[in-house]
Amino acid sequence: MTIQSPLTVQDFKSDVKPIWCPGCGDHAVLLAVTKALVELNTPREQIAFISGIGCSSRIPAYTNVYGFHGVHGRALAIAAGVKLARPDLTVLVAGGDGDGLSIGGNHFMHACRRNVDMTYVIMDNEVYGMTKGQASPTTAPDWCNSKLTPHGTGVSPVEPVRLALAAGANFIARGFAGNPNDVARLIVEGVHHPGFSFIQVLSPCVTYRPEQREWKQSVHAGQDQPPQLVAEAMHRLASDDGFTTGVLFAGNRPAFMPERKVTASFADIEKKFAS
Amino acid sequence: MSELHFLSGNEAVAQGVRLSRPRVIAAYPITPQTIVVERLSEMVESRELAAEFVHVESEHSALALVMGSAAMGVRTFTATSSQGLMYMAECLHYTSGGRFPLVMMNANRSLALPWNIYGDQSDSLALLSSGWIQVYAETAQESLDMIIQAYAVAEDVRVRTPVLVNLDGFVLTHTYEPVIVPDQDTVDAFLPPPDFPPGYPGTFDLLRPQSLAVSAGPGDYAGFKYRQHRDMVAAAEPIRDVGGRFAEIFGRGSADLIEPYRCGDAELVMITLGSIAGTVRDVIDDLRADGLRVGLLRIRYLRPFPSEDLRRLLFGPLRRAAVAAIGILEKDISFGHQGGVALEVKAALYDQAEASAPAGLPPVRNFIAGLGGQDISRGQIIAMFDDLARAAGRDGDEPARSVRFVGLEASR
Ligand SMILES: Cc1ncc(C[n+]2csc(CCOP(=O)(O)OP(=O)(O)O)c2C)c(N)n1
Ligand code: SF4
Ligand SMILES: [Mg+2]
Repeated sequence: MTIQSPLTVQDFKSDVKPIWCPGCGDHAVLLAVTKALVELNTPREQIAFISGIGCSSRIPAYTNVYGFHGVHGRALAIAAGVKLARPDLTVLVAGGDGDGLSIGGNHFMHACRRNVDMTYVIMDNEVYGMTKGQASPTTAPDWCNSKLTPHGTGVSPVEPVRLALAAGANFIARGFAGNPNDVARLIVEGVHHPGFSFIQVLSPCVTYRPEQREWKQSVHAGQDQPPQLVAEAMHRLASDDGFTTGVLFAGNRPAFMPERKVTASFADIEKKFAS
Repeated sequence: MSELHFLSGNEAVAQGVRLSRPRVIAAYPITPQTIVVERLSEMVESRELAAEFVHVESEHSALALVMGSAAMGVRTFTATSSQGLMYMAECLHYTSGGRFPLVMMNANRSLALPWNIYGDQSDSLALLSSGWIQVYAETAQESLDMIIQAYAVAEDVRVRTPVLVNLDGFVLTHTYEPVIVPDQDTVDAFLPPPDFPPGYPGTFDLLRPQSLAVSAGPGDYAGFKYRQHRDMVAAAEPIRDVGGRFAEIFGRGSADLIEPYRCGDAELVMITLGSIAGTVRDVIDDLRADGLRVGLLRIRYLRPFPSEDLRRLLFGPLRRAAVAAIGILEKDISFGHQGGVALEVKAALYDQAEASAPAGLPPVRNFIAGLGGQDISRGQIIAMFDDLARAAGRDGDEPARSVRFVGLEASR
């Protein structure tokens, strides 16, 4: 075995140049993901990165691990399939607030309760960026800059971290794209934590939600010790302003994992075929 | 007074919907449909249109929602494209089986994988058997006109079948042309009121509670499906009535399910649908100037399939020359067989052979082009007519290659 030099962020980037708008928060999420991959020190071929459809969902193509640009809203179902077929892989999932909470909303609930060991990042910009700026389930009810909802949706938004807690996610965190090092740390913790880990990353859409540039003034770090009990986490989240960053819940439900483990080595398999 | 506006296909659809006064509109955005529903939302906002507009969480919900409203006896609208239409598939059958007179616009777009947002007709062709009437517009004007006519057809008590109005993605949805926007009074006189009359079949009769959307065992089920089929076949007549009445009142359009162009004496006939028909017509004019007898049949309605019209136009007594070869140009493929339109046309031709056995059917060639938004050039269309000429003369054309992919040179 040869000794390999440590991997760098560059080692995890593909040669596809991101086509996100300049200033889009998603650039920083990409940086955070690659930093996390460096920190995890897992070989490229041990990582699968699944997404849905949306600006944010382009992210796997910009990394050089196994990527899958999924069906709109179905990233979590595809990712569960990947993990169950290859439990040895580290499975990351990413996508937008629209992909994960509107058209894919039901999968979110069931992924939380099934608790398959994977880490899901919602790059939340409170808008459908890709289809040119419509309200999503996380959009404030009075945001009225969309032609589809010129008076605002008038509908109460979803709070993804609360939804995740209620549905049974085992690890819940929130980060801000403006602090990619923090986001990278949350991803690393999420991957290390068994079961389904959910990370909401506030990732501004500078084109359709330019006011989100102000988010850097609003975010603030939460308490150091994350609650391990659902009741306590619920209590804290009840007064959450949507901008508390850090780990918000770290539970201890056993992960849903198939019994089957890959135990045979290539040598064993070759022997079998030779006989 | 009608007015002349410069509109894209999407905007023309929105105008057609506004004039038809639906009570409930539900939609989820998808390129290249989004502009239709954005315009409608703005019209609701500015009170040009008295409707409820709902920005729902998915296409599946959009179609389910308007089905609920239709069950309450009101006119509705939704629009989608591509992946969204596929996601609606379950509700497409549900709504047609329930005989809800819905109208939906579909921006024809390719299907993933690979992901591609550009126009072709794979989406609606894949759902030809979902029990919806399918019409394909060629121009923005026809798009507007077909939306209005679609409500008249769908809601006709003899029909009670939902209508899908298809526009080629981008080529038609996003291209601007002058469009006559009729005035509200004339449309009001043309269409029934947007609240269905009391007792309209298949809706809730508020004085007589009953359950809709029933189950049926093997015996009854077949009867339901037979009647659905029978009424769809018979819808050709109401479609002609509506088209004819529209032409009389508005002075444009036609009662025809298939629109012929220089076809009566044509020896080589191209059959196609949607916006590419315009380019084919130009090519035909040029080739005619060179003395070639070429013509076009533009299929407007793919469901109900106008088999008899097709046979009459190709073999009927009024023809001035026998058809020597037929081409079918379409933007889809039924994998493992042929283009979806070719399958339809050939089935109709076989019935012709059985009915009157003309001296053998002419050769048929199927051209698959424009997949994933690839341009179909005049040169390619001329080459297709060349192929047809060779097929007609049984000269150097390979009948075994009856299905031909056009434009593969550009592909990796
Ligand atoms: C079934 C289906 N419906 C609609 C679309 C169109 N569409 C693509 S992305 C998207 C929303 C994306 O929003 P979000 O997930 O928040 O991603 P963002 O672009 O904001 O990163 C929509 C509606 C689609 N691709 N498939
Ligand atoms: S539209 Fe918004 S979300 Fe999409 S790339 Fe541009 S800034 Fe980012
Ligand atoms: Mg978004």
